[in-house]
Amino acid sequence: MEENKGFGAKALEFVRNNIVPILFILICAFCIPLSGFSPAYLINEIVTRMGRNIFLILCLLIPIMAGMGLNFAMTLGAMAGEIALIFVSDWQIWGIPGVVLAMILQIPFSILLGLLCGSILNHSKGREMITSYIISFFMTGVYQLVVLYMMGSIIPIKHFSVKLPRGYGIRNTVSLLNMRQCLDNLLAVNIGGVKVPVLTFLIIGVLCLFILWFRKTKLGQDMRAVGQDMEVARDAGINVERTRLISIVISTVMAGFGMIIYLQNMGNISTYSSHSQIGMFCIAALLVGGASVDKASIGNVFLGVILFHTMFIVAPKAGAAITGDSMIGEYFRVFCSYGVITIALVMYETKKRRNKSRTAQELARAAAEEAAKEAAK
Amino acid sequence: MSNAPLLEMRNIRKDFFGNQVLEDINLTLHEGEVLGLCGENGAGKSTLMKILFGMDVIRETGGYGGDILINGEKVEFATPFDALAAGIGMVHQEFSLIPGFTATENILLNREPTKHSVLSEVFGSRLDTLNNREMASRSDTAIEKMGVRIDADMTINSMPVGHKQFTEIARELSKEQLRLLILDEPTAVLTEKEAEALLESIRGMSKRGIAIIFITHRLHEILSVCGKVVVMRDGHVVSDVPAADTTVEEITRQMVGRSVETGAAAQEARSLDGARTIMSIRKLWVDMPGELVRCVDLDVREGEILGIGGLAGQGKLGIPNGIMGLYEAGGSVTLDGKDIPLNSPRKCLDASLAFVSEDRRGVGLLLDESLEWNVAFPAMQVQNKFLKPLLGGLVKWRDEKAIRAVTEKYVEELAIKCTGTRQKAKELSGGNQQKICLAKAFALEPKFLFVSEPTRGIDVGAKALVLEALRKFNRESGVTVVMISSELEELRSVCDRIAIVSGGRISGVLPASASSEELGMLMVSQVV
Repeated sequence: MEENKGFGAKALEFVRNNIVPILFILICAFCIPLSGFSPAYLINEIVTRMGRNIFLILCLLIPIMAGMGLNFAMTLGAMAGEIALIFVSDWQIWGIPGVVLAMILQIPFSILLGLLCGSILNHSKGREMITSYIISFFMTGVYQLVVLYMMGSIIPIKHFSVKLPRGYGIRNTVSLLNMRQCLDNLLAVNIGGVKVPVLTFLIIGVLCLFILWFRKTKLGQDMRAVGQDMEVARDAGINVERTRLISIVISTVMAGFGMIIYLQNMGNISTYSSHSQIGMFCIAALLVGGASVDKASIGNVFLGVILFHTMFIVAPKAGAAITGDSMIGEYFRVFCSYGVITIALVMYETKKRRNKSRTAQELARAAAEEAAKEAAK
Repeated sequence: MSNAPLLEMRNIRKDFFGNQVLEDINLTLHEGEVLGLCGENGAGKSTLMKILFGMDVIRETGGYGGDILINGEKVEFATPFDALAAGIGMVHQEFSLIPGFTATENILLNREPTKHSVLSEVFGSRLDTLNNREMASRSDTAIEKMGVRIDADMTINSMPVGHKQFTEIARELSKEQLRLLILDEPTAVLTEKEAEALLESIRGMSKRGIAIIFITHRLHEILSVCGKVVVMRDGHVVSDVPAADTTVEEITRQMVGRSVETGAAAQEARSLDGARTIMSIRKLWVDMPGELVRCVDLDVREGEILGIGGLAGQGKLGIPNGIMGLYEAGGSVTLDGKDIPLNSPRKCLDASLAFVSEDRRGVGLLLDESLEWNVAFPAMQVQNKFLKPLLGGLVKWRDEKAIRAVTEKYVEELAIKCTGTRQKAKELSGGNQQKICLAKAFALEPKFLFVSEPTRGIDVGAKALVLEALRKFNRESGVTVVMISSELEELRSVCDRIAIVSGGRISGVLPASASSEELGMLMVSQVV
């Protein structure tokens, strides 16, 4: 049946399967000329944002592989990263040593949070996404309790630039000026006016290799098996719960690293809001790249970051050019993030339903053939 | 090794909470021997295999009696993994495959050969990388052992259904310790050609010394490939003979034959040859998982009780569920000359069709509501019965008095054991719940009633009452009844005609006075 399909049908199938990236390419193609940015500026911005965000988005791939959907609870890893950075800046350790120390320091925090999140998700199989979303809200509350009331009072925090004047709690903004872009600037190369943060990209490259290698390990194979059919995997003797738990822990630890890379590029921590939207934007970017709830690749991550952030950069300016009001673009990009997540979830459900009704179609065809045979007699 | 048989089962007994399902089962099986196991649904075949395979369900329900000996040594398997380690493999009826994996990946699932790396030294063996070359060669060996060519690199979801079955068999064969393979209806999903290939591969495996227990409803296959045939009925082994000494007819008789009560049944069957056709079903297909209906043509005469029988999984349950719109269906159904639109339950109810589902708890009852509600609810919803107009019809009010009256009437008629009409449905026993389901359908006063497995899971006394109630309803109100049941004797005792479903099609319609053997032959005629 597949062979008889004409070119038109194939093209339609392609469009249907890749509707989100195609839509975003169209939006970008429409907005870029309107925004009036020079290509050099645009490329510079996109490269910077790629370095900033890709690591964070890559951490979503492993839970998807294990069939746990989009890990909204990557926010937990981001919190671990922030707490580590708060400590490091309190101790006034700057530059590369500060970044490395923060990365090491965040590991125990994020393992702990990952274990917590993973074991809750093991109790809510089939509803991982909504559960992880709510967990991220709940943990935000716990994070605020720790950062706002415990730090400085119970947990020793000394430096005035970090602590609130009242004696406990962390300031709204913690400046990371002394480690700002220190990873990005090391080994940075300037190509035709575009600054390429080689070291950051090297780290990302290593992570990509890790993910590719991981898929080929026994653990990766088990995760793919668990992701596709938990019962079959269990019957084959795979420890399903443990495998799922490991996938969430890996994701959370990677999100912690990603958050530190992200914040060293930004140069400051908004203590109470940095992590809150990061999960949403990362997931939106991944979906824009053509990923779905049960399938995502490294290619989706790169395409997604480029498209999503191009829209991010050009939308306010293009909005201002059309309506004279720059707020419209601001509104548009938030609207797009939520919209694209909704579309992806709806498409996932319709695809499942379409696959289900395939047997029905086969039966109908068989019955029709039988009727034709009888008529021929 | 001694001359002890590979497998010996001695005096195996099993009861599920006092309900004896297996009694005194004795089986022996030698290396390389092929044993055909047949019997009707519920004869105890699956339970016996579950015991042998150490399935959890057996232990959870109180274990079993008797001994299992392998090579003359007594064994007791706590889990299927113990059975696997002892060299027993089983291919289940439902596929146990990962859809997005290739045949090779599935064959070696969780037994993949791996390569060590530096990271795995630190973090443990789960970070070993897979050895793809070794995997390919092992799966090739297993496929070769099986003797049927399948594409090792094809993913499961793009395979035809027969190849999935072969992948499962190859998986068992790839286990080096395998000595005994249980095949539970492996040919059910195969085309004729594939089934032929499978039989050939069974012969090959047997030559290599692997013993096989082959469960199937296709009796000619058993005769062509097995060394010996064991027939089970009602938890007993009724015959254990070499395949050369028996015939399809004899096995069928042994499978369905009842010792007593055969004469008593069917005495009330009427011949309604002159009656007009009230419902005609043409080219019906229904996508009900596990009960696929492929192409059914059937005419139902006005005023009769038509029985639909057949083995489990052949599609008899799919027919009413499809017509009533509970599962996706196609084809045409006319009632009284009018088309019934498929896939819309409401339209069916509007057309005076009623359905007593086999799924009492899921579809049939509002478990947390009173009996009154359960009886009256559909009639109220569909036909505006038991409602009285208030304020000139602006608001409709429940007529509690009428509801109570009708419920009390049915409670009395059907002898429903309850504390009162306000008792909750979930507090009743299974048999009484079934009667409530019937009362609910009766309250709709339908023209046409589907009753699916009305006696499933209820005791003998309640069974007789339920059947009597159906018969009375049919005789007194002239309602046409189509009753689906897996118990042939039950159908023979109430129905006028019996249609047998086999392989998703009607394989024949006989008067209820036909013999069990005739009906039995129809049951296995087109099994797919």
